[in-house]
Amino acid sequence: MKFSEQWLREWVNPSIGSQDLMDQITMAGLEVDGFEPVAGEFSGVVVGEVLSVAPHPDADKLCVCQVSDGQQTVQVVCGAPNVRDGLKVPFAVVGAVLPGNFKIKKAKLRGQPSEGMLCSESELALSENHDGLMELPADAPVGQDVAEYLKLNDITIDVDLTPNRSDCLSIRGLAREVGVLNSLLANAPEIEPVEAVHSEVPDIRVQAPAGCPRYLGRILRNVNLQAETPLWMQEKLRRSGVRSIDAAVDVTNYVMLELGQPMHAFDREEIAGGIIVRMAAAGEKLVLLDGQEVELTPEILVIADHEKPVAIAGVMGGENSGVGDKTRDLVLESAYFDPITLAGKARQFGLHTDASHRFERGVDYQLARDAMERATWLLMDIVGGEPGEIVEVVSDEHLPKPRIIDLREQRLASVLGLAIHRTTVEEILSRLGLHVDKLLKDGWRISVPSFRPDISIEEDLIEEVGRIYGYNNLPVTEPTGSLGLRARDEAVRPLSAIRNFFVAQGYQEAITYSFVDPKVQQLIDPEREGIALANPISADLSVMRTTLWSGLLKTVVHNQNRQQPRIRLFETGLRFEKTGEGIDQQPMLAGVVVGNQVQENWVNGRRTADFFDVKGELESLFRVLGIEIQFLASQHPALHPGQTAQLLRNGEHVGWLGSLHPQVQKNLELNGTILMFELFLNSIVTGYVPNFKDVSKFPEVRRDLAIIIGSDVAFAQVEHVARKHAGEHLTALRVFDVYEGENLGEGNRSLALSLFWQHPERTLNEDEVHSLFNGVIDALKEELGATLRS
Amino acid sequence: MDNLEQLVQDGLNAVEQADNLQALDHIRVEYLGKKGVITQQAKTLGKLSAEERPAAGQKINEAKGQVEQAINTRRADLEKVAIEAKLASESIDVTLPGRGQDLGGLHPVTRTLQRIEDIFARAGYSVEQGPEIEDDYHNFEALNIPGHHPARAMHDTFYFNPGTLLRTHTSPVQIRTMEAGKPPFRMICPGRVYRCDSDMTHTPMFHQVEGLLIEKNVSFADLKSTVEEFLRVFFERDLKVRFRPSYFPFTEPSAEVDIEWGREPDGSIKWLEVMGCGMVHPKVFEHCGIDAEEYRGFAFGLGVERLAMLRYGVKDLRMFFENDLRFLRQFR
Repeated sequence: MKFSEQWLREWVNPSIGSQDLMDQITMAGLEVDGFEPVAGEFSGVVVGEVLSVAPHPDADKLCVCQVSDGQQTVQVVCGAPNVRDGLKVPFAVVGAVLPGNFKIKKAKLRGQPSEGMLCSESELALSENHDGLMELPADAPVGQDVAEYLKLNDITIDVDLTPNRSDCLSIRGLAREVGVLNSLLANAPEIEPVEAVHSEVPDIRVQAPAGCPRYLGRILRNVNLQAETPLWMQEKLRRSGVRSIDAAVDVTNYVMLELGQPMHAFDREEIAGGIIVRMAAAGEKLVLLDGQEVELTPEILVIADHEKPVAIAGVMGGENSGVGDKTRDLVLESAYFDPITLAGKARQFGLHTDASHRFERGVDYQLARDAMERATWLLMDIVGGEPGEIVEVVSDEHLPKPRIIDLREQRLASVLGLAIHRTTVEEILSRLGLHVDKLLKDGWRISVPSFRPDISIEEDLIEEVGRIYGYNNLPVTEPTGSLGLRARDEAVRPLSAIRNFFVAQGYQEAITYSFVDPKVQQLIDPEREGIALANPISADLSVMRTTLWSGLLKTVVHNQNRQQPRIRLFETGLRFEKTGEGIDQQPMLAGVVVGNQVQENWVNGRRTADFFDVKGELESLFRVLGIEIQFLASQHPALHPGQTAQLLRNGEHVGWLGSLHPQVQKNLELNGTILMFELFLNSIVTGYVPNFKDVSKFPEVRRDLAIIIGSDVAFAQVEHVARKHAGEHLTALRVFDVYEGENLGEGNRSLALSLFWQHPERTLNEDEVHSLFNGVIDALKEELGATLRS
Repeated sequence: MDNLEQLVQDGLNAVEQADNLQALDHIRVEYLGKKGVITQQAKTLGKLSAEERPAAGQKINEAKGQVEQAINTRRADLEKVAIEAKLASESIDVTLPGRGQDLGGLHPVTRTLQRIEDIFARAGYSVEQGPEIEDDYHNFEALNIPGHHPARAMHDTFYFNPGTLLRTHTSPVQIRTMEAGKPPFRMICPGRVYRCDSDMTHTPMFHQVEGLLIEKNVSFADLKSTVEEFLRVFFERDLKVRFRPSYFPFTEPSAEVDIEWGREPDGSIKWLEVMGCGMVHPKVFEHCGIDAEEYRGFAFGLGVERLAMLRYGVKDLRMFFENDLRFLRQFR
């Protein structure tokens, strides 16, 4: 809401400066977003009178004018289309300085001397309007400083009102608030009923009383809409950010800004029969004042005549029934529309009007008549006309009910943390217009005025008292509470431990958007459909990620395009998947690695990271977490078919590790071997609580063997067979060499293993170890076709 | 026996000339070994009378001792030289950089979140999580924002369908936690939130931390101290904090919190809005089945990126989600 400081001060004028005033209303909860002067900085501009206009001898579009500045008459060359004899205009005399430090000097224009300049609104930075000269009223005193005449020592203040404070969407409301803060009474204009001079009244029927509990109409006959809106009103509108249109529209806007009641004026000629307030019929159409044709639906409250809709109630009037130069009789509307009925309706048509903004937030339901009288009075003053009686249709049962709320002194003190003195509380309440109906034993019975629809419960009153008392005047105390201890599962490792692990392994944490590009995701995870947003911000952020890889790979592209060859990233966060009944939102841990395994250094460090580097890091993580994971050769559409491992914990799928499929890599325009993993966090965070076993005092025995075996036999199979036959006292099995070479024969490789045995209670004897070792060798030969390498 | 003195003298000369440990060992064998020339002198004792033998034996022992001591001294010297030579050959340039994995780093948002969580955890707040795809009820209705409420326009919500949306704040986690438990509560809810807005100062996803404390006796004054202390602890500065009346549908009274952040050109304090807070609205209690006469609560919420920007001097919000390594590496 924008308003003129001067206008506010006409209502209530505390003796504080502009900045203090703005600070004060900000601290009362009406946040000042900013302010700006109502005009540019200029000097030497006076009210000038054009005494005569003659054509320029050498230029078609220029005129040579004689202009009085009140003391002398000078010649000015002017090109404005509206320059004419007798016109009063802002006149920048020689020596004047206009906004932008533009100095006015004596000049010659096409040979004709010109001493000064006649100004448009834009030249004084009053508005953008530079269509012609700014026309001043005929009674403007020639020679008076224009800044003084127009009272330009004013600022437009922009308050960012919270949606509850609809009462402050008017000068009346703001003045009330400023009055409360400064213990001053606001001067409201006196509003007297206008006496009817004829008996013509509009026919008004309200068929939708829930949406429109109150509707007032009045006919104003024989108006002259060619009459100009007076400058003072134009200026107030301009300084409130509202454009002047014509007198009828200007007056309704003025009353809205002044009192907070949106109004509308119809051309009586265009209203067929009478006014019907009803819900629209499906398919009805209406061309609005902004020229847009809209199709109405039955949830839309309309003002109609006997044939057609003429306005969307509380939003915007129709083009057909709008007033214009030729309008002779007006039908004025002042109504109370139900906020819930109107909620979201303007938005449905892509509209947001001053009226809809107010009605959706709640207008004072008792204001319509005062506003009607005020508007009639102002209109008669400007456009003349003959007023008729007001017709009011009201449905008491649908109007908001008067609210009576008890405020308990004890509750007030315990919520705010301070017992405020009773008289102070009463003073604050009454200054806000919250009438104390009755003193109760433990508090007050308050009736809430109709202009405060936001106050409906005790807490609202507590807030009002606290707000005016000043939040910063309330005490500061430390909360007290129970000091019970919380359960803490030792087997579950916190996420921070996992993050720190990756940081120590050289990974940088990334945070990518949860919505991703469906085209990218389709390449990585073609089998699952991302959940689509109905209103995405852009096409490349339009579906929810089904895998964290979608965002991470995009991040790799971003960094590779910025000369970052070595990238190690991880991310944790949810991934989203449609399930039968709903949506599965799973916390994931994912990473990507590309480039050298370690930062290049003076010995080597140029080795590119490979599958086993990342696998080793994950295995370390699993040891940190205290869990055992099996890696199983598998297939994933995003991963290289020969370098993909599915990760299992006790047979349950917990994630993937692999290198990016070369085709996907090409499609994403990525470089290098890209290793990626993704794990279900919930499946890996729970490890175990250590359980001590006696340390064996007896020696450990080691036996090594090397076998030649088919390359298609996975090491995991070898390990499985070996362990199965190695007996219960095997303590470790390690692979210490893997070799493939022509000498082994095609399709073969050699594996060198060491096995360790230890008995908890005695020394194992040579025969026992020998027999276990041979058992392993025999099993590897028989079950997997291995041969011993000699 | 005159010969003995000569042998000792020869031995000492030889020791002195030995220039390595091996030569020295030869000398030891030559003079003091089983068949060494000095050892052999003991054989001459048999020719002496029983009275002469002790004195002669002692002389031989003295002679052995003399040579042995010289050998030991010489050996120590030679060993010292050898060690020094070895050390000299093993010396390295300790100023060359070390090798191995370099360190990664946490994202600045995580770093900030962990700091906030840590501050509140030490005061007994639990850290609660919840879904990011939320239903209308938990994101709006239960927080006293019914369908027609103008405050919905403040939220710029991403929808999947009319009843399903991306949470616009982490407050629904509070609702879910209250539904599942019994008061008192003391929790913070950190996480990703989403608003359909993208420009210089808005990203469609950002992070919030919302806090909630519900006890039988808690007041706005307690809220003030919690918020003030948090901001001072977080910024590690004794900054001025002010509370400005505001409006949130789920708190009443509601306030916005400004901190002192430098000076305006005219010398007055420059205030910067950093948080929102208030006393839990009775409607919220009602939705969660908590008796608003028995319990009261306060809630607060803050934007993590905003605090991170202020704390670390980041000027462009959008950098947080570009994940440019040159940006991220600054927050190790």
